[in-house]
Amino acid sequence: MDAVFWSRILTAETLSFHIIFATIGVGVPLFISLAEAWGIWKKDNHYIMLAKRWTRGFVITVAVGVVTGTCIGLMLSLLWPQFMQLAGNVISLPLFMETFAFFVEAIFLGIYLYTWDRFKNPWIHWASSIPIVIGSSMSALFITIVNAFMNTPAGFRLENGKAVDIDPIAAMLNPATPSKVAHVLSSAYLTCGFLLASIAAYHILKGRNHVYYKKALRLTMITGFILAIATFAAGDISGKFLAKHQPTKLAAAEWHFETTKQAPLVFGGVLNKETQEVKYGIKIPFALSILAGNSPNHEVKGLNDIPQDLWPPLYIHYLFDGMVAIGFYLLLVSAIFAIEWYRKKGNQWSPWLLRGIVLGAPLAFIAIQLGWIFAEVGRQPWIITGVLKVDKAATTADHVSSTTWAFSALFLALGILTCIVLYRLFRHNRAEDELAKRYGL
Amino acid sequence: MSLEMIGITVLWTFLYGYLIIASIDFGAGFFSYYSMKTKKDHIVNTVIERYLSPVWEVTNVFLIFFIVGVIGFFPDTAYYYGTALLIPGSVFLILLTIRGSFYAFAHYGVRSNRVYMFLYGATGLLIPASLSTILTMSEGGFIKETDSGITLSIAQLFTNSYSWAVTFLAIVSVLYISSSFLTFYANRANDTPARELLRKYALAWSGPTILASLLVFWALSRHNPDHFQRALEIGWCFGLSLLCFIGAVFLIWKRKCFGLAFVLVMLQFGFAFFGYGASHLPYLLDPYITIQGAVTSPVLGKALVITFIAGLLVLIPSLGLLLWLFLFNAKYVRGEHEQEHL
Ligand code: HDD
Ligand code: HEM
Ligand code: HEM
Repeated sequence: MDAVFWSRILTAETLSFHIIFATIGVGVPLFISLAEAWGIWKKDNHYIMLAKRWTRGFVITVAVGVVTGTCIGLMLSLLWPQFMQLAGNVISLPLFMETFAFFVEAIFLGIYLYTWDRFKNPWIHWASSIPIVIGSSMSALFITIVNAFMNTPAGFRLENGKAVDIDPIAAMLNPATPSKVAHVLSSAYLTCGFLLASIAAYHILKGRNHVYYKKALRLTMITGFILAIATFAAGDISGKFLAKHQPTKLAAAEWHFETTKQAPLVFGGVLNKETQEVKYGIKIPFALSILAGNSPNHEVKGLNDIPQDLWPPLYIHYLFDGMVAIGFYLLLVSAIFAIEWYRKKGNQWSPWLLRGIVLGAPLAFIAIQLGWIFAEVGRQPWIITGVLKVDKAATTADHVSSTTWAFSALFLALGILTCIVLYRLFRHNRAEDELAKRYGL
Repeated sequence: MSLEMIGITVLWTFLYGYLIIASIDFGAGFFSYYSMKTKKDHIVNTVIERYLSPVWEVTNVFLIFFIVGVIGFFPDTAYYYGTALLIPGSVFLILLTIRGSFYAFAHYGVRSNRVYMFLYGATGLLIPASLSTILTMSEGGFIKETDSGITLSIAQLFTNSYSWAVTFLAIVSVLYISSSFLTFYANRANDTPARELLRKYALAWSGPTILASLLVFWALSRHNPDHFQRALEIGWCFGLSLLCFIGAVFLIWKRKCFGLAFVLVMLQFGFAFFGYGASHLPYLLDPYITIQGAVTSPVLGKALVITFIAGLLVLIPSLGLLLWLFLFNAKYVRGEHEQEHL
């Protein structure tokens, strides 16, 4: 096996691991901040306790996010030196900006953690959560800009393999940036909404009927409903973006071979590569044209118009379908909860709904993974679309495979330890007891 | 100033920042473990924890800033160092990962555990050792570009006297910087037993530090005579560094002005670090990369500088706030706010 293969494996593995913690890092601060603000506003200590307990779990995941992020930061240069040399000349500006976002986030996280009761006015403590929310969302913004650049490079010209006429701002505002940033941010918030909701739902299912859990569930699910709509909308915009700027990716995702109007959307199915026919799939007439251009008569480019050596692997169809299916599921569950809450006679605590919410959390994380693998593999064979191919960018050093094994072992150990530590942290320390002890509730 | 000089000055300054605050952190890990072994942990650990808890993540960002900044200002470094450093870089990353996560696990999660503490202490010495070898490589002779690509001779690295001298210096400096800071911090906390213990450590590590520095000079003169020559030309830098060292040790010895003593320690390393950096120029990697040859395009460079200035406008007040809350706030330092965190 060659260095290219192992470099891809190691990159994919590190990113997939990091993205779990990065997503938590982006989304959870939003909910912590919301809970604390609501608690201060309503003078309701249940919400303050929520913010505290969420923060306590959060710091553990942040630490893993930070160390794995540091790994990627250095690893990109170690594994893809040519890529970083070229990209460094054009797109290092957002990476550089990101470090300032990290600084702000890290500094205020330290302040937030260690000043809970320092100030007479509780709003001052709450205010220190704002830079954390902004800092972590900005780091997602900037890193997503880098990734958008890899998909639709802009702001430079290639001359003899060197980048010239560089315009760093144009590179940042490349065509993929708006849709990507919107979708990445909204999906991270949504995922964390479901993560926190599932914890509350799980406890209620276990018969822990304290109002604390119900308040947690209401807060996270109702925001979750709004975020599910936003994620759906941003996903739709991403589809339209693909149709316009990366038609190959969309066509491969949809097994769409002939350029046509009134293109149908196929869900699932099995592809016969020879005849280019899809069996067993669910066909939705016109849906692909609508996804791509908002009109049944929109023309969607098919794979047969693209040289075959530039096709990405066609299995990305399943990744895309999986993500979209999960998107619908999350929307449905949170909508039911919201409706039941709105109807005065509704039953928000029906066990089936609660089970649905619990299931939503792992599904949301799976959707994040599917979405990223789809977006990255769908760019193949390019590392920077139309500019640099993956196999030209990888390191020429030896021993990439042993490095990969070493990191695999490290991530496995870290993953397991994180779970154990989180479990121990909350096992003996029940929210009910803590509420009683601290606030007499 | 030319773009490449602005770039390298900014980066070197942040690396200096990392050197100081990371040394405090790394050394603290070692002292925690060591004092647990010698059953003195009840004396020093509260002081160490109180300072480290709010700041450890910030320390890490200094390093990231440097890595990202180097690639931004001098993209060629990504190519040369990236290819050469796969193995040492990965080792370093694994150590850093273990350290960071175990710190959080031990600290925010379950209570202290011997294995965690050991890993935390051991990585505190191994990381500076592995980082310092990158500086060694930049002197040239270890990384070679041939027709088949870029290679690093690890065997040579292990048999080279300069390389060992630098590693030795890195480790003892970490312990010296860390203990002199913690002495100051314990003194502010009015914690006399901790202060006395840490003061002893600081004095004990001062001798090896200066010895190691001389050793590095001697080894450099053999390994890279040109660089040594350039260093002699700005010999006053190193002279001032020595004076600061003497002042710092004197104050700590006399139990006077621990704050000033730590400032002198910072100046000692500041003069030496910038003297070393200045005499290293123009090379980023001798003889392949110079700052003039590797600097990025003027447009991007300008954008980076503007971003940097804007970033500082946010960063400096925030860092100030952090220091004000946790370093200069006497009540916090003395532990009177112990109830405040989670
Ligand atoms: C909870 C997570 C989640 C959910 C429910 C969805 N997505 Fe998604 N999707 C992502 C999480 C995500 C992501 C992880 O954020 C990706 C990966 C790369 C990116 O830019 O965002 C992504 C990428 C992505 C792309 C590719 C963008 C590109 O390559 O530039 C498209 C077209 C969609 N999504 C469309 C949708 C649609 C139509 C959904 C319908 C409900 C949907 N996504 C739900
Ligand atoms: C700014 C963000 C990102 C950058 C700069 C980036 C960069 C890269 C690079 C350089 C590669 C190797 C080349 C290739 O195979 O295309 C790669 C592959 C990959 N990345 Fe990304 N990536 C980013 C975000 C992510 C995230 C967040 C995930 C999360 C899960 C991810 C998943 C993958 C996967 C699965 C591959 C392997 C694809 C394959 O070759 O089979 N990427 N990425
Ligand atoms: C190539 C891709 C990536 C690189 C090089 C990278 C780099 C990093 C680094 C160096 C850190 C540690 C920062 C610190 O010390 O505070 C970090 C953390 C973080 N990353 Fe990534 N990252 C990548 C992908 C992503 C993606 C795709 C997202 C978001 C969707 C993301 C969001 C975050 C967040 C929010 C943090 C803060 C950690 C936390 O609070 O949990 N990163 N990343």
